[in-house]
Amino acid sequence: MITYEFLQHYWWFLIALLAGLLIFLSFVQGGNALIFLVGKKEDERQLIVNSTGRKWELTFTTLVTFGGAFFASFPLFYSTSFGGAYWVWILILITFVLQAVSYEFQSKAGNILGKNTFRAFLTINGCLGPLLIGTAVGTFFTGSNFIVNKDAVMDIVSPTISRWCSSWHGLEAVTVPFNVEFGLMVMFLSITLGALYMINNISDESVNKRLRKSIIFSFIGFLIFFIAVVINFIVMEGFAVDENGVVSMEKGKYINNYLEMPLVMAMLLIGAILLVIAVALTLFKKGSKRGIWFAGPGTILAVISLFLIVGYNGTAYYPSVADIQDSLTLSNSCSSEFTLKTMAIVSLIIPFVVAYIAYFWRKMDKKSITKEELENSEKY
Amino acid sequence: MVDSALIGWSRAQFALTAGYHWLFVPLTLGLAVIMATMESIYVYTKDEFWKRTAKFWMKIFAINFAVGIATGIILEFEFGTNWSNYSWFVGDIFGAPLAIEGILAFFMEATFFAVMFFGWDKVSKKFHLAATWMTGIGAAISAIWILIANSWMQHPVGMEFNPDTVRHEMVDFWALVLNPVAITKFFHSVFSGWMTGAIFVIGISCWYLLKKRETRFALASIKVAAIVGIIGTFAVMFSGDKSGVHAAEYQPMKLAAAEGLEVGGQRAPFSIVPGVEIPGMLSILATHDIDGYVPGINDLIGGYRDPDGARHPSAEEKMERGRYAIEAFREYRELKDVDPDSAAVARAELEENVEFFGYGYIDDPEELIPPVPIVYWAFRVMVGFGSFLLLLMIVVLWAQWKKRLEGMKWLQWVSLLSIPLVYMAGQAGWIVAEVGRQPWAIEGLLPVKAAVSSVSVQSVQTTFFLFVAIFTLFLAIEIRIMIKAIKEGPKTEI
Repeated sequence: MITYEFLQHYWWFLIALLAGLLIFLSFVQGGNALIFLVGKKEDERQLIVNSTGRKWELTFTTLVTFGGAFFASFPLFYSTSFGGAYWVWILILITFVLQAVSYEFQSKAGNILGKNTFRAFLTINGCLGPLLIGTAVGTFFTGSNFIVNKDAVMDIVSPTISRWCSSWHGLEAVTVPFNVEFGLMVMFLSITLGALYMINNISDESVNKRLRKSIIFSFIGFLIFFIAVVINFIVMEGFAVDENGVVSMEKGKYINNYLEMPLVMAMLLIGAILLVIAVALTLFKKGSKRGIWFAGPGTILAVISLFLIVGYNGTAYYPSVADIQDSLTLSNSCSSEFTLKTMAIVSLIIPFVVAYIAYFWRKMDKKSITKEELENSEKY
Repeated sequence: MVDSALIGWSRAQFALTAGYHWLFVPLTLGLAVIMATMESIYVYTKDEFWKRTAKFWMKIFAINFAVGIATGIILEFEFGTNWSNYSWFVGDIFGAPLAIEGILAFFMEATFFAVMFFGWDKVSKKFHLAATWMTGIGAAISAIWILIANSWMQHPVGMEFNPDTVRHEMVDFWALVLNPVAITKFFHSVFSGWMTGAIFVIGISCWYLLKKRETRFALASIKVAAIVGIIGTFAVMFSGDKSGVHAAEYQPMKLAAAEGLEVGGQRAPFSIVPGVEIPGMLSILATHDIDGYVPGINDLIGGYRDPDGARHPSAEEKMERGRYAIEAFREYRELKDVDPDSAAVARAELEENVEFFGYGYIDDPEELIPPVPIVYWAFRVMVGFGSFLLLLMIVVLWAQWKKRLEGMKWLQWVSLLSIPLVYMAGQAGWIVAEVGRQPWAIEGLLPVKAAVSSVSVQSVQTTFFLFVAIFTLFLAIEIRIMIKAIKEGPKTEI
């Protein structure tokens, strides 16, 4: 039976899936974070830019679709968070906007700012993009400073429903250590994924060697913050919501959610194991290029599980610390049943979209990129 | 009190982003068709010349493509960052087309663009051609969905107000998709992109002719572009005519402002420029009937009866009923848990007046009049330049047909110098559409002052100037890179 509640959960799952795909595809950002560290010579940097450059639009489009899907399914989040945490979203936007033009502009004659500036933009987006997105997602667990009053619409001189209570408009998120830990975890994960993707995608001995070396550092970074996040889940309080929509603080809420939803916990564990396999394979099996095939699905599973524990099982996914009763839950922030149902029908097309993307990906990436290829064909 | 400076800066920021976005998008829409046609000729004739020709325009396409994407994502975010009340109040309807746009169109564009650009040696000729067409089709499909969203703001259909959730909710998806305004707007916008692509290609090709370089390439490009452009312009004219009829029906104030028509009536005149009028022409354009009634600004503010006897309330009356709707809404919210019977009465009153809900926020009838001079002149720029460009393309195609274009230096100069005109026409068109509907974010339901986010004016000012700097830099770089690429020309001498 397709109930309103089911539809809310279905859409939250799709949001989680899109988030998982986005973080997996953030290997583009992670790869760009390594342009100057791994690429020592010009032709090596060119290889990196062209390797991530053939995928950047997919990542970008996933980000756009993630935003669009959130807007369509949970519009109160869109209005509260975007309009409130103004500066966080603007900063994320700017780093991605700079990235979007940099591929095309960086090696073209007449680009005014010069090659290195555009590559620096790519690197800035490569580090800051995932860091800021991760920090913003961190607030899903720790809460933000806002109030929501739908009756405000009746106030004809001041009808704003969602109001942010901090004049920092979102930047205050960095004062909460957990948010930053979450952001750093995502950033190091992206860099690890970037290296794994490029090991698969680029055929060049010295670049490959340095990429393998970089994984040691980025993966250790990831592990440190991943463990910190998991420990926090055990000790921190979470925002529980009961059947009447009343929100209360619950100790260990997020770890409890894992324990109460074993399937979701299994997703996290399998995700983590796949990541470890990916890294182990790459570091210890000589010449192995298949790490990304494990790390990709692993990332998607782990991210989905993180989104599910913050939205499912009676949890307020976008909590308010100004007034916890104003926290956003699946049921108080979602679209109407009609819209969710209509959009659910539209969503049936997603597997088809994923299938054609995968088909073309395979077709275009049959051979790894080499310096010779870049000499003789279209390139950025 | 919502700060009027905040509304102004928020509008300025959105207008800035949308304006820049529309500098890049129409060229994408138009060039896509032109280069796909060229590649089709290559696959059909197997003549390498056409491959090189198509590839050159693809290079220009790629330089332009990224900035369109970059400005597009900002628009999506700005609905939330700057128009947060709007996002909740109508997110139930408005979010859906944005999500569908992403799922259906953007992935298509992104995937096939990569095949088109990097796939020459990786996929077969026919496959590559299909990818080129799909890139263009993807761009057109993405235009469909965002224009459905925009048209819904101009003429909201398929929804009901839900006082329990305090928002409008979708009740008829197909009404939204098949909104007559959306269909017209789609053709008008996409085909104006064909015009942009055509004028751009003709102008640049004429530069080569002036320089006596790549003559074969230039003449061939002109032929394809002029045909695409002329088809596009006729479609723009046809859909433009429809737009006029829709404006008369759904947004009469916009039409009155675009004409500077203070007092309306039957056989309303069309103003070419102030003081020069064609009697009865506006009635024909707006209603397809010389005796059709077109209300003027004063009629709309003061209220009027049309010749059929139908009564149209005054602005004051609408405002009164709007406040009444808001008051009934308040009563319903207060009573629904304590006195369900009285709440039901209040709800009925709300439903009776809900179509005027937005007027409840208006303080002064003057607020309901958009800035007339801007809309009036923007309309004339759009139509004037559009007509001139049609004439130009016909003359160019004729000269090309008679093999006389090469010798007609003046025509080459006029074509080259006309490139900015097509952009001005496109910008002017959107100014008519968007400034013309002020003060509404959603016609009749939500004025911009009730739609805006609660952010500080300083924050919006800061981001406004930040975006001015970024966009202007992007534009300067893009133009410079394009000029270099054009000077370099198609790689092999042809």
